[in-house]
Amino acid sequence: MSAPDIGALRAQFPLLARTLAGDKPLVYLDNAATTQKPLAVIEAVDDYYRQYNSNVHRGAHQLADHATQVMEAARTSVQRFINAREDAEVIFTRGTTESINLVACSWARTFLKAGDEIIVSALEHHANLVPWQMACQATGAKLRVIPMNDAGELDLDGYRALLGERTRLVACTHVSNALGTVNPVRDIIAAAKSAGALVLIDGAQAVSHLPVDVQALGCDFYVFSGHKLFAPTGTGVLWGRRELLDAMPPWHGGGEMIETVSYETSTYNKLPYKFEAGTPHIAGNIGLGAAIDWFTAQDRAALAAHEDALLAELTARATAIPGLKPVGTARHKVSVFSFLMDGAHPHDVGTLLDQQGVAVRTGHHCTMPLMQRLGVPGTVRASLSVYNTRDDIDRFIAALEKVRKFL
Amino acid sequence: MTYDLASQPFGNTIGTDDIVDALEFLDDWEARYAYIIDLGKQVPAMPEALRTEARLVRGCQSQVWLETRHDPATGRLWLGIDSDALIVKGLAAIVLAAYNGKSPAEVLAFDIDALFARLDLMRHLSMTRGNGLRAMVQRIKDTARACA
Repeated sequence: MSAPDIGALRAQFPLLARTLAGDKPLVYLDNAATTQKPLAVIEAVDDYYRQYNSNVHRGAHQLADHATQVMEAARTSVQRFINAREDAEVIFTRGTTESINLVACSWARTFLKAGDEIIVSALEHHANLVPWQMACQATGAKLRVIPMNDAGELDLDGYRALLGERTRLVACTHVSNALGTVNPVRDIIAAAKSAGALVLIDGAQAVSHLPVDVQALGCDFYVFSGHKLFAPTGTGVLWGRRELLDAMPPWHGGGEMIETVSYETSTYNKLPYKFEAGTPHIAGNIGLGAAIDWFTAQDRAALAAHEDALLAELTARATAIPGLKPVGTARHKVSVFSFLMDGAHPHDVGTLLDQQGVAVRTGHHCTMPLMQRLGVPGTVRASLSVYNTRDDIDRFIAALEKVRKFL
Repeated sequence: MTYDLASQPFGNTIGTDDIVDALEFLDDWEARYAYIIDLGKQVPAMPEALRTEARLVRGCQSQVWLETRHDPATGRLWLGIDSDALIVKGLAAIVLAAYNGKSPAEVLAFDIDALFARLDLMRHLSMTRGNGLRAMVQRIKDTARACA
C-alpha cells in the first residue's frame, strides 16, 4: 500500500475545482449528504443519452439491447462490490429510503403479526426508523431501541437483553450518519441470528468508506444509496437473500414486474424484476455501475487510510479550538466530525462557514431521537471523502477560528 | 415582562431603507454578517411563556417563533419574531422592518422577495425548510389576509 495521489484523484472530480461567491475555493465537507461525481460517472451518463438511450428489457432493436446489457452489467458490478451470491439478488431502487420502505411494506406487512418485535438502534436515520414505525402500526408489532452510551456507541449488552423469541427483525445502521460511529455489525448480526431474527443493515454511510461483504456479514438485507457512493442521485440498492426475496410479494405493480396479466390475475416476473415495476432509472443505474467500477479500480485500502488520517487530524485540530465540543466520540468512526461551538447555534456556524467557502451540514441530520438522546438541538457536521486533503482541513480550521471570533 | 411590539425599533425607527443603505455600503461578507447579527440583537427577545407550539415555525436547522397582533382601532398589524439562531434573528429583523406596524394591505402589497434579492440574501429566504423564514413570511401574509 503506497500513499495515494489525491491530487490526481481530485482532478477527476470537475466540481471540486470550482470557486464560490467571492472567488473562494470550495472546501466540500458535506460528503455524508452526497458525494461529488467523477468524470467516469458523468461521462457514462452522458454517453448513454448521446449514444444508446432506449428502454431496457423489451425493445427489439440494437439500442435496447445495448442499454439492457450495460444496465445489467451495472447490476453485476453491484453484486461483486458487496459480494452477493448472485446478481438477481440485487434490486435497483431510488435509494436507501426506498430500499427500506420496500422491505417494510413487502416483508414486514406480510410476515409480521401483533406482538412481534422489530429492533432498531439509537443511531438510526429517520429512513431506518419511520418505515418500521409505519409497519408496526399496520401489523401491531412493537419497536424496540438498542441503547447507546454518551460517546455514541451502541450498548451491546442492552441489545442482547432486547433480543428474544418475539424479535423478528433487527434493522441497524452500519455507520451513523450523524456521528460517524461504525457499529459492530458482525456481532449485532450474529446475536440476531442466534435469536432467530432477520437483519437489515443500512449501509448508506458505509459503502464509500468500508469494504462490505454481505455473505461474510451474514445479514439478510443490505441497503445503500448510489449518490453517497459517487453515483447519480435517484439510485440505490436493496440486496436480499434469494429465499426471502422469493417469498416476499411485489410492492409496486405495473410493467416489467409481471410475467402474464389477465383481467382476473397476474403472475409475477422472476427476481430481480419482480421488485422493479416500471421503467427503471436506466441512466442512473448505468452511472451507479460506472461509479462502482471507478471506485473498485482505486487502491481502496490506501484511500481508507488517507481518510482515517484526515479524520484524526481534523478531530485533533478542531477539538483544540476553545469552546468547541465534539458530539460523538466513538472509538471506531469513519468520515464524520460532528460538533457544537459554545453558545453558537449550529445554523449560524454553518452559515458563516459557507460564507468562507466551506460546505458542511447543520441541523438534526434526520436523527431527531438521537439528538434528543444527546441533549443537543442539532450539530454542525463535517464529513470527509476520499478526495479531501490536508489543505481542506487547513481552510476548515481557519474558517472555524474566524467563526469563533464572530459568535 | 411585557412584550411590546409597537415600540421595538424595526418598523418604527429602523425601516427597510436604512437596512438597504447599510448593507449596500458594506462590501465584505464579514461586515455584512456582523451587521445582520447586530440587527438580530436589537430585536426584543420573545418571553419564554410566549414561545409556544402554536407560535413556532419549525425549520430543519433552526426555529422561528412568530407573534401577530392586529389592532382593530388603528388597523395596524404588530409582529414579534424570535429565533434560536442569531443570523436567522437578524434576517427576521429585516422582515420586521418591512412588515411591523403596517396595515394588512401594506403587508400584502410589499415585495419581500425583491427586498431580499436586492440585499443578496435571497438564499436565506428561499430555503423551503431550512430556517423557517419562508414559512414565517407565509404565516404573516396569511394573518394579513385574514385581517384585511
